[in-house]
Amino acid sequence: MAFLELRGVHKSFGDVEVLRGIDLDVEEHQVVCLIGPSGCGKSTLLRCVNALEPIQSGEIRLGGERVSGRGVDVDALRQDVGLVFQSYNLFPHMTVTENVMLAPRKVLGLGAAEARARAHELLARIGLYEKRDEYPDRLSGGQQQRVAIVRALAMQPRLLLLDEVTSALDPELVSEVLSLVEQLAAEGMTMLLATHEMGFARDVASKICFLWQGRIEEEGPPAAIFSDPQRERTRSFLRSIIEAGRL
Amino acid sequence: MTSPLLDAAPPGARPRRAVRPFRASVVPAAAGLVAAVAVTVALWAALRRFDGTLGITGTGLAVTRVGELAIALAALAVPAYAIGAVAATRRARRHLAAGDVPAARIAMEDVRARLWVVAGLGVMAAIVAFLAWFLSANDGRVRDVLFDWSKMWVGPSALARGFWLNVRLFLAAQAIVLVWALFVAIVRQLPGRSFGPARTLAIAYTDVFRGIPSIIVIYLVVLGFALAEVPPFASWDPDTQRFWLAVLALVLVYGAYVAEVYRAGLDSVHPSQTAAARSLGLSQWQTLRHVVVPQAVRRVLPPLLNDFVALQKDTALVSVVGLLDILNVANLQKNKYFDLSPVTGAALFFLVITIPFTRLVDHLIHRDQQRTRAG
Repeated sequence: MAFLELRGVHKSFGDVEVLRGIDLDVEEHQVVCLIGPSGCGKSTLLRCVNALEPIQSGEIRLGGERVSGRGVDVDALRQDVGLVFQSYNLFPHMTVTENVMLAPRKVLGLGAAEARARAHELLARIGLYEKRDEYPDRLSGGQQQRVAIVRALAMQPRLLLLDEVTSALDPELVSEVLSLVEQLAAEGMTMLLATHEMGFARDVASKICFLWQGRIEEEGPPAAIFSDPQRERTRSFLRSIIEAGRL
Repeated sequence: MTSPLLDAAPPGARPRRAVRPFRASVVPAAAGLVAAVAVTVALWAALRRFDGTLGITGTGLAVTRVGELAIALAALAVPAYAIGAVAATRRARRHLAAGDVPAARIAMEDVRARLWVVAGLGVMAAIVAFLAWFLSANDGRVRDVLFDWSKMWVGPSALARGFWLNVRLFLAAQAIVLVWALFVAIVRQLPGRSFGPARTLAIAYTDVFRGIPSIIVIYLVVLGFALAEVPPFASWDPDTQRFWLAVLALVLVYGAYVAEVYRAGLDSVHPSQTAAARSLGLSQWQTLRHVVVPQAVRRVLPPLLNDFVALQKDTALVSVVGLLDILNVANLQKNKYFDLSPVTGAALFFLVITIPFTRLVDHLIHRDQQRTRAG
């Protein structure tokens, strides 16, 4: 039994069926990358795992416990599952430190001093201690995204979801975020991430899942997917990525 | 080489305008100078007439005349700027004659800048001229009836005591409105079917109380509740009762307005902020409390301030139901002296509160933006 299990997950927005039966396993300490064209359901899948979107049918299990459907304590689930967004979504009215310490204080009930100390420690680890009292708007995109990752980490999640965390960044800022994610992978963080950075996915992923029209069209280790894709859709997707010079 | 992308002119497009040669016309500066001289002369004439109707002597007269002289001299700035514009135009023409078009353009930019100053100061001078003329009209009757300084301050302590009631009214009403309106706004945007009845209530409240003139609500609540002896108000002494009924009436009306302001603010916070907070494990209530409401309130501070200034002023409406607020006190003085100057005095009391209040909030908004926005 895998750490995170999705079985037959269906999700629609009104008449539009975005996820049409997703089966996916993520083992502990694995990094699973979702790739696929825009609109294939990568972001929706991540939001469903975090219960930000309810699913219509199927089941999601985390550590053997059902975490989808009615009667689930979503706030408790989210303590275990962190989510980092494409557009950072830092809280603009709070300083960097306040952003990181908000959830530990209010959800975990830490005291202000302890939460602050832990936030500072995390910020120091990513080299942003100097920026601890700045407001997010004064940081570069890469810095904001690293703070957003740290904000999720401050809750000590067992699973981290990353939704195209470099898509909104200028090219020269991408690497600072990716190297932080690589570092987390090396430290054994379990991660499920949607990405357009194929080179990164190839280097860091334990498993690649190619999503197409709400289904997992093909999955396998990076070497297999990138060098020897079996399905025609996977091949044409990768061909267009190569033509755009992104692989 | 032809390119289908780059050479496709839209059908029926006008041919490009030929670039006209640069000219440095003297007309704007000359017109500005004529207007500046005219408005200055008009101001001087109005001041002279104003001085002629003054009925005061001694120190008062001396002070007034120093003021008049200062205004008359300050008015000279208008023609001075216009003369500068004329000089700059001449400079531009010299540059143009010498073939230095960029220098001529720079000089003409100077002309435009000066003429805008002439326009602004000129309108200011015209307004002062009008006021001087207005106050001296009808042999100074206007000044006597509306701005008689001595009568304005007849019983200033009475006016001040009346104003203290207005201040207490708006402090109490403002504090309650701040919380009550936020509550209504939050109820109004609660999601899901189960909150349907609560939402309907909030909508009905705002619709009803925004739709009734505040003076009618004040009549109905203050007079009506007192007549009907509505508990618990009826058990209080008459002054306390009327005070809190007036507060209630103002809260009902302004709560509806301010709830709509808050709602706009809550709507303006992007759903991704809620998603981020919820994804961290914060509950719906914690998300509102720590993430959505603080951002919403910051964004709506200017319109919120607007409504609070309006509330401060509308406390004067309680005079219609007999509370001894500043307007009622001024009214008594007015009847006593048959002169409206005490009412002008009441107006000044309001300005003394509302203008610093406005400036303070503007300052706070500016400081917050300086801190949180990119430099």
